Amino acid sequence: MMDRHFDDELKDLNTELLKMASLAEEAIVKAVEALQTQDQELAREVLEGDNKIDAMENEIEEKAIDLLARRQPWAADLRFVTTGMKINTEIERIADLACNIAQRALELMDAPLVKPLVDIPKLADIARHMVKEAIDAFVNKDEAKAKKVILSDPKANALKNSIADELIDEYIARDTKLSAKALPLILVARHLERICDHATNIAEDVIYMVRAKLVKHKKLNDK
Amino acid sequence: MTENIKIKVKDFDFYYGDNLALKKVNVDIYRNKVLGIIGPSGCGKSTFLRSLNRMNDVITGTRAEGDVLLEGKNIYDPDVDVVDIRRRVGMVFQKSNPFPKSIFENVANGLRINGVRDKNFISDKVENSLKGAALWDEVKYRLNHNAFDLSGGQQQRLCIARALAVEPEVVLMDEPASALDPTATLKIEELIQELKKNYTIAIVTHNMQQAARVSDYTAFFMLGELVEYDETSKMFTNPSKKITEEYITGRFG
Repeated sequence: MMDRHFDDELKDLNTELLKMASLAEEAIVKAVEALQTQDQELAREVLEGDNKIDAMENEIEEKAIDLLARRQPWAADLRFVTTGMKINTEIERIADLACNIAQRALELMDAPLVKPLVDIPKLADIARHMVKEAIDAFVNKDEAKAKKVILSDPKANALKNSIADELIDEYIARDTKLSAKALPLILVARHLERICDHATNIAEDVIYMVRAKLVKHKKLNDK
Repeated sequence: MTENIKIKVKDFDFYYGDNLALKKVNVDIYRNKVLGIIGPSGCGKSTFLRSLNRMNDVITGTRAEGDVLLEGKNIYDPDVDVVDIRRRVGMVFQKSNPFPKSIFENVANGLRINGVRDKNFISDKVENSLKGAALWDEVKYRLNHNAFDLSGGQQQRLCIARALAVEPEVVLMDEPASALDPTATLKIEELIQELKKNYTIAIVTHNMQQAARVSDYTAFFMLGELVEYDETSKMFTNPSKKITEEYITGRFG
């Protein structure tokens, strides 16, 4: 097997994507912590850090297009570069959602939280884990791992729904004045559930990359 | 950026008799970079390449005007030693042309002609040149075999080794892989990426994908004129001129 200079360029692309994913995961953790501990500085850190992630998305996109133009990759190499471009966008959206969570945290800084947070941190853990596993699946071309990520999405949806239900039924319904404090938390749950969706998208893209089969918009048992 | 210019071509005109084949060409060829030269048949790319080491001198009735500055000195100045220019700016051709000698003697030839006698020096140089051309491992146990025993791709790499033996600064390649199969072509392309660490390379190719893969800068010629010259990345993702885009996307040529 020949060593190709192209392989170094592919490794670089991989490394940059990993760096970006790692920053996005960190942003999720910090944003939820800022919410839970009502830490204004931490929330602002998340918002400021997003510029770096946006810049990385642009760089990675340019690098990938450059690789397509100059190297004319085929087969697995082509699927790797095009999948990398799609995952690039998903990671940037994940980071944006972490910013949304940080913004909700800032909106709730003026008064104590309406309730101690139990399920939101749980959902945050699921979201962070799904993102990490999806990226691992990409790096290791691991179809089985990608499938696991896709299969854990319904659990995340269910948890988001129960968080929203509890806040509506136990708090807003009993005292409408609590809406201002409760609605942002429902939104946080929604942001976290969207992060899980993006992790699922990444996993579906990985399955395409490995098997050259599109599984998006299909039920997993068809795949 | 001026310290990085290995060869500066300035307002260069070239005539075959009365025919103006190259018109006011201006190109900066950067040190330790690969320049890819593309364009339709008859556009002047090989004429341009051969002008960089005065190989065109051997054709009667030719005339060059303007400057080709190698490290700031015009190679067309009357006091220039043309043979030395061709040592410093070596050339590899489309059809590989090893001498009808052994593999060893092919590479040693340039040294012997230059008066080198030291056997150990020659032996070391041959080994290093063959290593530099990524051919050593394939031929080290049969250096005394005839060069024509080698495959096409190996013969081409032997010609590269021969050029490297006299310690050039620049290596010119005129469609070096067009007679080779895909695997041999890939080896030559990988070799070019290695060679640029130590040499400046200019390669004429009619294969645009090869130019995109192999070069850092690309010069697009048409009807004797340099139409566009830019970083390869820019040329192949967003060329400045419409006609460049039409050529590289295969709409003509």
